[in-house]
Amino acid sequence: MTPSGRLVREPIDVAALVSEVARAAHGAILLFLGVVRDVNDGRGVTGIEYSAYEAMAATELQAIAAEAAERFGSRDVTIVHRLGELSLEDASVGIAVAHAHRDEAYALSRWTIEELKRRVPIWKREHYVDGTREWVDPSGRSAAKVSS
Amino acid sequence: MSVTVLLFASYADALGAPSVSLDLPPESTVADVLAALGRRPGGDRIPASPLVAVNQRYAAITASVNAGDEVAVIPPVAGG
Repeated sequence: MTPSGRLVREPIDVAALVSEVARAAHGAILLFLGVVRDVNDGRGVTGIEYSAYEAMAATELQAIAAEAAERFGSRDVTIVHRLGELSLEDASVGIAVAHAHRDEAYALSRWTIEELKRRVPIWKREHYVDGTREWVDPSGRSAAKVSS
Repeated sequence: MSVTVLLFASYADALGAPSVSLDLPPESTVADVLAALGRRPGGDRIPASPLVAVNQRYAAITASVNAGDEVAVIPPVAGG
């Protein structure tokens, strides 16, 4: 496969992600899932709505996958980010990477999620148990959801 | 010249629309776009130096904006 980064609206197919990066040359495959959890900053969460500047987000995801491939020396990098209404335990992001060796695979996976969180124009609005909704600002009051 | 500015998430809520059309002089910059946006009702709820993209690439405050460019004002990103 060539590096791939993309947006989806349907549930992330984890098995398909893994098979997308698997090749006989690789001794290590890592799958990272960012998942909707039930509490953030002390508030009970019932779900998260994800939206994006879709054209730019798709371009950035693809660029990050390509940059990760170049930086860590494996072209088998797939990033999928889901948009829409997600429930607890749903995966919002899936990153599958494969490399000949595990050290590089871990570094590749970690770099990719941090880069995604830093620059891809995606936003989330949390829905709380009290019925309110708020946009999450990771730079401010609310912590980011992915506890990586 | 007329420039359409795309707004998202909390910024779209602040201005009450997913995009606004601004009338700007020729040879304007990102800073001019933000100043004009700040004068709109609700524009005071957008911070002084937000992320801005011109034609789907992050742009500096000094970057030029031309007629027909796609300008987007980007709230703090929260993917993942």
